[in-house]
Amino acid sequence: MTAAVSKKKSRGIGYYLKQDWQLWVMLLPAIVYIFIFCYMPMYGAQLAFRKYDYAKGIYGGDWVGFKYFTDYFNSAMFSTTLKNTFLISLASIVFGFPAPIVLAIIINQIRNSKWKRTLQTIVYIPYFISVVVLVSMLNVLFAKSGGVLSDFLKSLHIVPGNANLLGQKQYFIWMYVGSGIWQSMGWNSIIYIAALSSVDVQLYDAAKIDGANAWQRVVHIEFPVLVPTIMILLIMNMGSILNVGFDKVFLMQNTLNKQSSEVISTYVYHLMAPTTGAPQFSLATAVGLFTNVVNFVFLMLTNYVSKRVTGSGLM
Amino acid sequence: MAKTHDAVIHSRNIIRDRDPADRIFHGLVLFLSILCFIVILYPLWFVVIASISNSDMVNRGEIVFLPKDIRFYGFEQIFQDSRILIGYRNTIIYVLGGTLLNMIVTMPAAYALSRPDFKPRNKIMLYFVFTMYFSGGLVPTYMQINNLGLINTPWILLIMVLINTYNLIIARTFIQNTIPNDLYESASLDGCSHFRFFWSIVLPLSKAIISVEILYYAVFHWNDYFNALIYTSNNDIQPLQMVLRRILLQNEAFANGNGGVQGGYAQSSADQVKYAVIIVSTVPILCVYPFVQKYFEKGVMIGAVKG
Repeated sequence: MTAAVSKKKSRGIGYYLKQDWQLWVMLLPAIVYIFIFCYMPMYGAQLAFRKYDYAKGIYGGDWVGFKYFTDYFNSAMFSTTLKNTFLISLASIVFGFPAPIVLAIIINQIRNSKWKRTLQTIVYIPYFISVVVLVSMLNVLFAKSGGVLSDFLKSLHIVPGNANLLGQKQYFIWMYVGSGIWQSMGWNSIIYIAALSSVDVQLYDAAKIDGANAWQRVVHIEFPVLVPTIMILLIMNMGSILNVGFDKVFLMQNTLNKQSSEVISTYVYHLMAPTTGAPQFSLATAVGLFTNVVNFVFLMLTNYVSKRVTGSGLM
Repeated sequence: MAKTHDAVIHSRNIIRDRDPADRIFHGLVLFLSILCFIVILYPLWFVVIASISNSDMVNRGEIVFLPKDIRFYGFEQIFQDSRILIGYRNTIIYVLGGTLLNMIVTMPAAYALSRPDFKPRNKIMLYFVFTMYFSGGLVPTYMQINNLGLINTPWILLIMVLINTYNLIIARTFIQNTIPNDLYESASLDGCSHFRFFWSIVLPLSKAIISVEILYYAVFHWNDYFNALIYTSNNDIQPLQMVLRRILLQNEAFANGNGGVQGGYAQSSADQVKYAVIIVSTVPILCVYPFVQKYFEKGVMIGAVKG
C-alpha cells in the first residue's frame, strides 16, 4: 500500500492529465461558466474605483480611488440603508430563528401519527409560494380597509384602528419578518425534526422511570440533541447579516414605507436603474463591493469564533 | 376544552403519565399545533374563498370563513387574457430547459469532484465555494452579461445560475457517500472509463439525488423573477412571475384581450381577478408538491451532512 502511494507521488503532471482528462472534461462547463459569470464580474468590480465612461467601457474610465466609497459613507443613504439592513436581518434572526425549533419540538411531541403527518404537510406548503404571490397576498390580507387580517389585528387592539400596516414605516419590519416566518418556518424545521428523530427511545423511557415529566424531557433530552444543529445554522445566519434578500423587500416597497424598507441591495438596484435621472453605475458598484467585503469579514469572523468555541466551522 | 381532554386521555393510554405537568404539556402541544395549522392554512383558504365570492363583499370584509354569492368572474377574465398564457408558456420553457441544462452541468461536475483519486479536487471545490461568499456585485455582472450580448434574450433566463454551488456540494456528498470507491476501482480494472462509469453506474444509482436536484432547480426557475427583472424588459419573453408582478403588484389593468382600461372596469372586480390569478399561478406547484415532498425532505438531510 505504501509502495503504491509513493509510486503515485513520483508521477508528473502529464501522467495525471492523461489519467484524469475525462474528469476535467466533465468539470469544464461548470468551471468555464463560473469563470465567466462569477470571476469576471469580480474583476469588473474595479468599476467601483473608476468613473464610469460609457464610451470607454467598464475598465476604461478614469481611476478615482475611493471617491465613490466616501461618497456613499458621507451620504444620508448610508446610515439609512445600513440601519434598515441591519435591523431587518437582526429581527429575522431573533424572531425567525427560534420558530422552526419550537415547531420541530411540537411536531415531535404529537402522538397521533395522522395529525402529525397532516401538520407536517401543511407547514411546508408556504415555502413553495413565490415571493410575488406572497407579497400580493400580504397586500390583500393586510389592506388598510377590508383586509381580513388587518381587521382581525385591529379588533384585538394589537394595532390601532387607523393603522396602515402596508404603508406606515414602523410596521414594515414586522410584516417582513412575520411573513418570512410564515413562509419558511415549516421548511426550516425539517432539519431539526430529523435531528430529533435520532434520539434513542430508551432515553425517554429511562427519564420517565427516573421521574422526569414531559417538560423536563424536552429540556434535558431533546434540546441538547438540537444544540449542534442550532449552532451551525446560527453561524451561517450571522455570516450573512448584511445580506437581506432583494426579492421580497423590493416587492414590499412603496413610497410610504421606503424610509424603513430601503436596504442595501434595493439601494444598489435603484442606483443602477433609477426611475428618474442617469444611472450611477460606479456608486452602485462601490456600495455592492462594500457589503460584499463586510459580509465576507463577518463570515470569516464567525467561522473563526465557532472553530475556537465549538471546534467545528464551515470551512 | 374537549380537545385538551382528548389529549390527556391519549397521552395516558400511551405513556401513562401521572404528573399534572405532563397534562398541561400535552394540552399545550395540541393547542399550539392546532394554532399553527390555522395560521398557516387560513391565508391560503382565504384566497380561495375570496376568488369565488362576490368581490364587493370581500372588500367590505364580509367574507371570513366561507364563500358567499359564488361566481367565477375572475377565472373567466384570466382565460380571456393572453398575458398569463404567455407567461405560463415562457416559464414552462425556462423551467424545463433551464433545469435540463443545470443537470447536464451539475451532475458530471459533482461526479468528478467526488473522486477521491482526483488530486486537484479540493482546490477546484474552493474555486466554486468562494463564489458562494463573494461576488462581483450586481452592476459588474450586468455589464458582463451586456458584453456577452445576452441582455433581453431568453438565453439569459435559461443559463443564469447554470450551476448552483450548494446543489453541487450536496450532489458531490451524495455520490461520495453512496457509491463505494471499490466499485470504480474494479470497473476501471476491467477497462471502464470515467464517462462510462458515470453514465452506467453512477447515474442509475443516484436517482434520489437527481430527483432532489431537479426539484431544487425547477423550483428556483419557477419562482425566479429577479433575473427577469434585471436582464429582460421584453414582455414576450418574460416568465410568469414577472407577469404576476405587473398584474398583482403594479396594478396593470386586466382587461379583455388586448389590455387597456375599459369603461366599467371597477376596482372590486380587479381585486377578484387578482385572487384568481394567485390561485391559477400557485395551484400547479401545489399539485406537484405532495408527490415530491419526500424528496425535499431527503434533500435537506443530504445537505445537512456537510452543514
